[in-house]
Amino acid sequence: MSGPAVPAFRAAARFPAIRLYNHVVPVLISAAVIAATACGFISVAPNRLVSGEPVALWLAADPRVTAALAVLGAALLTTAVATSNRAAHFVSAGIAVSLVFLVLAAAGQAAHAQAGSASKLARVSLGAAFWVMLGAAGLAVLDGLQRARAGILVQLAAVIVIGAGFAAMIEAGAFDALSLTHEYRTREAQFAGALTRHVELVLASVGVAVIAGFPLGVAAVRRPGWQGPVFAVLNLLQTIPSIALFGLLIVPLSAVASAFPSFAAVGIGGIGVAPALIALVLYALLPVVRSTVAGLSGVDRGVVDAARGMGMRQRQRFWQVELPLSAPVLLAGLRIVTVQAIGLAVVAALIGAGGLGSFVFQGLGQYAADLVLLGALPAIALALAADFLLQSATALLGRRVAR
Amino acid sequence: MIELEHISKRYDGRPVVDDLSLTVPDGAFCILLGPSGCGKSTTLRMINRLVPFDSGAIRIAGEDIRDVPEEALRRRIGYAIQSIGLFPHWTVEDNIATVPRLLNWPGRRIRDRVAELLELLRLDPESYRRKYPHQLSGGEQQRIGVARALAADPELLLMDEPFGAVDPITRDALQNEIARIHAATKKTIVFVTHDIEEALRLATVIAILERGRLAQWGAPIDIVEHPASAFVRDFVGGEGSGLKLLGLRKIAERMRPGESAVGVPLSADASLRDALAVMTERHTDRLPVADASGRAIGIIMLADLVR
Repeated sequence: MSGPAVPAFRAAARFPAIRLYNHVVPVLISAAVIAATACGFISVAPNRLVSGEPVALWLAADPRVTAALAVLGAALLTTAVATSNRAAHFVSAGIAVSLVFLVLAAAGQAAHAQAGSASKLARVSLGAAFWVMLGAAGLAVLDGLQRARAGILVQLAAVIVIGAGFAAMIEAGAFDALSLTHEYRTREAQFAGALTRHVELVLASVGVAVIAGFPLGVAAVRRPGWQGPVFAVLNLLQTIPSIALFGLLIVPLSAVASAFPSFAAVGIGGIGVAPALIALVLYALLPVVRSTVAGLSGVDRGVVDAARGMGMRQRQRFWQVELPLSAPVLLAGLRIVTVQAIGLAVVAALIGAGGLGSFVFQGLGQYAADLVLLGALPAIALALAADFLLQSATALLGRRVAR
Repeated sequence: MIELEHISKRYDGRPVVDDLSLTVPDGAFCILLGPSGCGKSTTLRMINRLVPFDSGAIRIAGEDIRDVPEEALRRRIGYAIQSIGLFPHWTVEDNIATVPRLLNWPGRRIRDRVAELLELLRLDPESYRRKYPHQLSGGEQQRIGVARALAADPELLLMDEPFGAVDPITRDALQNEIARIHAATKKTIVFVTHDIEEALRLATVIAILERGRLAQWGAPIDIVEHPASAFVRDFVGGEGSGLKLLGLRKIAERMRPGESAVGVPLSADASLRDALAVMTERHTDRLPVADASGRAIGIIMLADLVR
């Protein structure tokens, strides 16, 4: 991804007659090339607890892999910059997908090569260049699909192809030499439990926040006088740092647990799932209420006036007109809340709620960056998946109520 | 018959409607006319109880509207507004069927009624039924708005500047439609506008409002010929009111029967303003006049216009 890319870019800049159709891909490729030259693609440490030495891409990976990356990168740059039609955008998205796989394969291959030549205790971690290149390739996929105006189904297909390919590579042992995989193998049993707990925490907190926040939002729309105080309280809650809120809840909840042993018996106490859920719900309330208010008050006043003037009762107006017309905004709010809860639930591990955050904090405690990643990467993947699913749902609904 | 008796309404102590009394006879096309902020929309929205009034009484066919539950009252009254307010997530058919569904009409009757109304508004039922509002032009949307207001065959139709947001050509077509519908159905219509031309063209009776009070009440021609105050005279057009007057009178009122002249004849139903326009165009002071079947029945002369 080095040689031919830079001259092609310069040539376009020197002759203004040649139009540069895409400014995003050249930036992404430049970032990838700079990262590959300046940073390590992987890092190798003699054991788990020492920080590793970065190894550059062309030293770590097979020269053929490096060459293939350079050729594909140049091909992506050429298609993206040279023309602007739908087919070309689909081709660049396709090339970008193969780049994603190639970067992943390069990491696996480099790890194998390095691990083979070192002691059994040696650990191979992913370096900065890997992450930048993977990110650049991923963004190039998005850019291509967006320029091609790909529909939801095509986007879904792209996600499935990348996900399935990634799963197949894991299955085939492509990443077995990576330290991240070692961390996973030693915690395989805990991992499934942590992932399940994380999803449960998110679903439960978002569920409760919607059940409590939606009626609150509806009430605030009907009585605008309530909006000031309601938002004042919710904004205040939002400004408390998450760690502080988890900490603040320890004192009152331990007091409750010791005063009422029956509460303690069902798991309510200063630490554990209960305070984590309460904090997550409190954080989720503001976006739920805010998007409910924004959605319902954003419904065209003329439409509401017509509905009243034709003799619809308040309940009929709400279910038949206001709710369906505000659904896209409400779903967008749900998306924000869910993604936010997935991130915050990581912190909940601090007070013993479990979830993916437990790996993150263990890793921080042990100075083991790859253990941190074992918690962080699935959390990021969950957030991206939730975001994508809810965004698709919003787009499908938005198409139905388009004006 | 709609009776408004000493209606008053204040917002924050400021009167918007001030001791207003009107009686709209059955079958009238009553236009509430006035500059913005004169209280005409507020008055209209009091009739279907969208706006509560502070004092006075409103009766429809002798019944006090406050004795009727507000939803039931509104389902009896057609309502069309400037922003149209079609439900964007419903088809044309669903939109028109709004009030019949609220009244639990059987499905068969609703379908027939939708087809009948689309035909009344000169839209082909089969090609329009399944469309969504965003697939329609502004004029078509307002036709659907009018069809929706007429759906449950209401005794009274309230229209709040319904043609205020469409282009002049579409507005002209829609005015023709509503005049035709009024003539065909004889429904009582209360219609708000600030457009004097629209009022003179459509109304059988006009109420001019000035700061929440009734400035003048009467037939269009009375208002143009005998404005009750300087405000009314300015509002109906000052010096330009002569032309408006010609627009309100038909050729039939001034023509000389039996005489004949050369040229393409004008219809006796056309206005004196049309006659003046054609004379100017043809550089002549006399025009032949024909009846509805096209038979020549007399002439109209320039001097007749100013008689």
